[in-house]
Amino acid sequence: MAKVTIDGKTIEVPDGTSILQAARMIGPDVAPPTMCYHSKLKTSGGYCRTCLVEVTKGSDKDPRPMPKLVASCRTNVMDGMEVGNLTSPKVVEARKGVVEFLLLNHPLDCPICDQAGECHLQDLGYDHGSAKTRTDFERRTFEKISLGDKIQLHMTRCILCYRCVKVADQITDNRVHGVLNRGDHSEISTYIEKVIDNDFSGNMIDVCPVGALTDKTFRFKSRVWFTKPVCANRNCDKCSGKVHLWYKGEEVLRVTGRKDQWGEVEEFICNTCRYDKKKTSDWEIEGPAEVNRHSVISANHYQVLKKGSEFKLNDIKPLPITEGEGS
Amino acid sequence: MSEVKFSNDSLAVIEKIVARYPEGKHKSALLPVLHLAQAEFDGWLSPEAMDEVARVLNLKSIEVYEVASFYTMFNLSPVGKCLIEVCRTSSCWLKGANEIVEHIEKKLNIKDGETTPDGMFTLKTVECLGSCGTAPMMMIGAQFHENLTYDKVDSILETCKTEDKRKTYFDQVNIEHY
Amino acid sequence: MGKKLLLANDHVPGIKNYEVYRANGGYKSVEKAIKTMSPDAVVEEVKKSGLRGRGGAGFPTGMKWSFLAKPEGVARYIVCNADESEPGTFKDRYLMSRIPHILIEGMITSGFALGATAGYIYIRGEYFYIVSILEKAIEEAYQNGWLGKNILGSGFDYDLYVQVGAGAYICGEETALLESLEGKRGNPRIKPPFPAIAGLYGCPTVVNNVETIAAVVPIINEGGEAYAAVGIGKSAGTKLISASGHINKPGVYEIEMGITVEDFIYSDEYCGGIINGRKLKAVVAGGSSVPILPADKILTTPAGEKRLMSYESLSEGGFASGTMLGSGGFIVMDETTSIVQNLHTFARFYHHESCGQCSPCREGTGWMEKILHKILDGHGTMADIELLWEIQAKIEGNTICPLGDAAAWPVASAIRHFRSEFEEFVQNPTNLKKVRHYESVNQLVSA
Ligand SMILES: Cc1cc2nc3c(=O)[nH]c(=O)nc-3n(C[C@H](O)[C@H](O)[C@H](O)COP(=O)(O)O)c2cc1C
Ligand code: SF4
Ligand code: FES
Ligand code: FES
Repeated sequence: MAKVTIDGKTIEVPDGTSILQAARMIGPDVAPPTMCYHSKLKTSGGYCRTCLVEVTKGSDKDPRPMPKLVASCRTNVMDGMEVGNLTSPKVVEARKGVVEFLLLNHPLDCPICDQAGECHLQDLGYDHGSAKTRTDFERRTFEKISLGDKIQLHMTRCILCYRCVKVADQITDNRVHGVLNRGDHSEISTYIEKVIDNDFSGNMIDVCPVGALTDKTFRFKSRVWFTKPVCANRNCDKCSGKVHLWYKGEEVLRVTGRKDQWGEVEEFICNTCRYDKKKTSDWEIEGPAEVNRHSVISANHYQVLKKGSEFKLNDIKPLPITEGEGS
Repeated sequence: MSEVKFSNDSLAVIEKIVARYPEGKHKSALLPVLHLAQAEFDGWLSPEAMDEVARVLNLKSIEVYEVASFYTMFNLSPVGKCLIEVCRTSSCWLKGANEIVEHIEKKLNIKDGETTPDGMFTLKTVECLGSCGTAPMMMIGAQFHENLTYDKVDSILETCKTEDKRKTYFDQVNIEHY
Repeated sequence: MGKKLLLANDHVPGIKNYEVYRANGGYKSVEKAIKTMSPDAVVEEVKKSGLRGRGGAGFPTGMKWSFLAKPEGVARYIVCNADESEPGTFKDRYLMSRIPHILIEGMITSGFALGATAGYIYIRGEYFYIVSILEKAIEEAYQNGWLGKNILGSGFDYDLYVQVGAGAYICGEETALLESLEGKRGNPRIKPPFPAIAGLYGCPTVVNNVETIAAVVPIINEGGEAYAAVGIGKSAGTKLISASGHINKPGVYEIEMGITVEDFIYSDEYCGGIINGRKLKAVVAGGSSVPILPADKILTTPAGEKRLMSYESLSEGGFASGTMLGSGGFIVMDETTSIVQNLHTFARFYHHESCGQCSPCREGTGWMEKILHKILDGHGTMADIELLWEIQAKIEGNTICPLGDAAAWPVASAIRHFRSEFEEFVQNPTNLKKVRHYESVNQLVSA
């Protein structure tokens, strides 16, 4: 066991626990934000740098502070370690920088993005960003790519968290997409047009923290905050069958995996559950889902964001329900 | 295009390359084999060429695309017979690399990144090639040309018209010791 | 003349070939190590020598070797970093192309010390012509019993291979190099674990620069103490310096550490002074990644003493007024040089070479290049200079690998020491837009 203190709060955790996991055990107040880490995916994390923390004391044995901020998702605790997250001015500053970098080339299309209201980047910008991005350069753009009739790839929005690649690697046996090119030309792609088609491909959508991978069968049917998530399950021979059904009125618009309080999928689901079971009668309903992520279904939040920021969301009234392809 | 298949000679070389790595670590052969493919299939890596690499190394195609697109020496689109790569980083820039690039652009009537209409020359500016003490420099095929002057560039480009400069690269890739 | 340990036989005709190399004392270190020493004793000797990594970071080699994990029944590897892509650095190329056997010999002696089952030399793809030189040398070493099974009847089995890269500076970072050697994209790994515990194929691995490994040869031949006696303080031994830019005699020089910077730039033994008798303006002393220093600061330390070519002396003054020895890529700029334009070439380089894994480096390097471009185009503002400063500060220390720092430092130091030049570009763009050093390249060469 190791005792670790994060932002003044102490907890004892098993050896081999990451600083991030320990912080999450203490609670949301001290948990660093994450964009690329995903608890159900091996080797995830380390890329986005939003979870950087300051280790002010390495351990009881070696109390020296760590010279640089570390990625809490990929750094394990040591007995006696002391960590600063929100209480560390260095961390707050660095995180502002990271948010600015992540938004630098991110399009300003939240009003028409399917992920709006469920987007981790939106939350991040709101909670940890500075008032505006200071770039007047044209943002990087990519062509929209279809990955078959179920998944839409909107690379322009991607923050290169690598989660979808890890999903394909770790829960399917036929990965056909990956990260191509390098540096700021890196992109998620199949290189030559290919349909991503396997029983678990839909999970790529659920792990995408932004609106880069979206469910084509749901796109623009409704803004997220008009839909109501419900816990449901069914007997499935491929997966646990534990899902969230997203209702609008009586109609199931979308089926997704259940996400935990950190917005990470609890159990991956199969494409049959996701795409082919959209009738209430397919499911045993457990009750309303508790959705903790504060922006979900909260259009309000969305509007706060626009105030200080450069996001041009001038008339962000909830959009009318539109069918089919947007821009 | 005819079917993209490695020749038997190349397959024999690939077998030797794979033998350098421990059992089951044949993916290590990917970079050398991509070089080999580029040399065999016309100086660039078409999707078909990469699929062939995936086939012989028993990898997924996407693994090959991911890697090929990471490294600047792999051409993912066709290039001219004579690929001119001019270094433009600090030491070369201090010694007039920009002027060399402009000179070539004017002479061949193409811009950085373009190929002449006859498919003869492609001009590419690149980053430091480790020849900074003999700047300015350029690489054609696998050959370094150093201490460049306008005259020197002119005469080198002249020889490109009669000899296939890719050969230096192709030969290096196929060195007998493999 | 300073002592030469690596290039001592550089002038010997045919030293590239095995017979000549052997006749001039080649492969003695292998004989000595295998026949008369235990592997640990070889490591001990390297520790005593005070040798520090010549690839850029300057980490004590003996210490690095002693960290290597040695679990039973698990293969161990030694990997030579011949990726040499740091702008301004060309010493490894010089050494490998002229005296290839010293690297092969060093790889065998080091491999013996570490109990490695195999060694790989990872060389940048653009050095293809050196691949054949190395392959030939390796073949000769096999033929003469220095490689393969049961070397010198000792029971030590060891194979050596050359692996070629394909154009990526980042593959010089040791974990990116290992990824690349495993046939993957050159994305640096997130550490820990360090290669000494889990490196190539997950096995314990040591990665060392070409020059570091070559230096093992004189260390074993002459003893660690003798090596430590050369040089100055914690900068033991000799260092290969790649000298380029506006000097009369660019090239690779083996220097005894501790000579003065002034001597190195102006004496005829080394750089031979500035071209055309112009004045020295600035120096990048250790490859593009280290802070640039103006003439007065590179020649003298903050304490007012002459600055020396050594790890300690070059870094005296910290980032405020010092720099680093780095890879020994010594780029000299004369008074006509535009620091902002030069910086732009560095910024473009790091933008081009970022692997793209982590957001500060992926986004920040491109952003800095764009701002510099804007300033050079005459559209910059004073706020852009501040912004550049802030961006580099937000990249530094916050990335997966040190490429982020390497991209930040040149920007920070250029602004720190040459701020007025940035301001001039902003205020008076038309005057400065077309700065050129020389009317034409031909003129430069005849000069
Ligand atoms: C971006 C980057 C590029 C590097 N490039 C090289 C290189 O080209 N050659 C090299 O020997 N070391 C390079 N290094 C340093 C290596 O990571 C590593 O420290 C070195 O190979 C260790 O060997 P040494 O201790 O013998 O110097 C680079 C490091 C970074 C972060
Ligand atoms: S610092 Fe740059 S090069 Fe290094 S891992 Fe991050 S993106 Fe890649
Ligand atoms: S969540 Fe830790 S680096 Fe992205
Ligand atoms: S700067 Fe051009 S070869 Fe190094």
